[in-house]
Amino acid sequence: MSIQALNADGKMVSYTDRRRWLWALSLLWPALPIFSGLLASYTGNVSYFWGTLVVWYLIVPVIDHILPTDSSNPPEAVVPRLEDDRYYRVLTYLTVPVHYATLLYTAWVVGTGDLPWHAILGLALSVGVVNGLAINTGHEIGHKTTSTERWLAKVVLAVVGYGHFTVEHNRGHHKDVATPADPASSKMGENIYVFACREIPGAMRRAWASEKLRLSRAGKGPWTLENEVLQPLLITVPLYAALTLAFGWVMVPFLFLQAFWGWFGILTSANYIEHYGLLRQRRENGRYEPCQPRHSWNSNHIMSNLILFNLQRHSDHHANPTRRYQSLRAFENLPELPSGYPVMFMLALVPPLWFKVMDHRVMDWASGVFSRVNVHPAAQARLAARYDRAVDGGV
Amino acid sequence: MAEHRRHACPGCGYVYDEAKGDAHEGFPPGTPWSAVPDDWPCPDCSVREKPDFKTLTE
Repeated sequence: MSIQALNADGKMVSYTDRRRWLWALSLLWPALPIFSGLLASYTGNVSYFWGTLVVWYLIVPVIDHILPTDSSNPPEAVVPRLEDDRYYRVLTYLTVPVHYATLLYTAWVVGTGDLPWHAILGLALSVGVVNGLAINTGHEIGHKTTSTERWLAKVVLAVVGYGHFTVEHNRGHHKDVATPADPASSKMGENIYVFACREIPGAMRRAWASEKLRLSRAGKGPWTLENEVLQPLLITVPLYAALTLAFGWVMVPFLFLQAFWGWFGILTSANYIEHYGLLRQRRENGRYEPCQPRHSWNSNHIMSNLILFNLQRHSDHHANPTRRYQSLRAFENLPELPSGYPVMFMLALVPPLWFKVMDHRVMDWASGVFSRVNVHPAAQARLAARYDRAVDGGV
Repeated sequence: MAEHRRHACPGCGYVYDEAKGDAHEGFPPGTPWSAVPDDWPCPDCSVREKPDFKTLTE
């Protein structure tokens, strides 16, 4: 299926999205724990409960590195028609009930089956991974300006108890990205565990403060149903309470672990790798330069981009946040991650490895000028001794 | 009657119309641009803030 449109020179251009039908796989990813649960119950082999983790952390990276990276873009002339094609957005809507089905099914399996602890652990982390993808879907649709999409974003974020994300991310992270004040932009020398302790509470505080400010302009206090941080909790709290009532106390560790891995294992990890060390410069008037494509790390690995609605084309996303996933572009000479997100997430969990792979890339990005980097204050002296040419008397 | 002006985000095309205000952002109809705080980010993209906005002439 191709799209035709006139370009700026009045020529007809044609575009065929080779990935059009592959995007439909988006409906299958969130259901992976259901498939693995069914396999485990038919075969009696509980190691299948770990299946989703094998797909995400092993199979996806292998496919990413077997297939050539894809940096092709739709011609700008066809983008309005590509964005208007409802097929793409309907796919994102349809993933929402799949996330709920997966949570309900896996809770039922854990609550009613007599499973060993390691099977519950595998299943909880699996649901964590796919519910991290729920945050990714909430991210994609929470940036859009239609009321349907903004409402659905709250619903899908509620499944993993991260309903404050849209407020925090759109009005907080996008405004402050790649500055030291942003709790969702990591600094060079800051390991992911230190970052998580800044990011998770920082995101909550910023979301609450942002809603409080917005509501106060209309003369309202924060304790109202109009508060978009509270609205998704009206789904999460009754849902988790009902699951605990239905399936007993085993739901407490199960729900905690899946939420923990959705928050930390996927979202915190994504925030950690997306802007590591990158810094917007402050202008003479005290304001930061607007976010440019050079302020985000990118990856054009095909498989992980398919699972993540092109989130890894992160530069275009930050420069143009309302652009839909099917039209996000790759640009040349942008900060590039050496692999897709799943591998980078694993790398981040081992700080010495992460620093080894990324710190020299950050310095290359800054053309070797240490003062252009967003540096973790606790690591400032150590990193300056190593990288700051102004300090060691170099150039 | 006071003239209502329109102000556009240079990044995403969002338009703040003084006549309409922006109820979700807490600005009722008729809220003048001068009453919008300087650090107010575009509600659609958050990439640009009030000082970046362009006042539309038509």
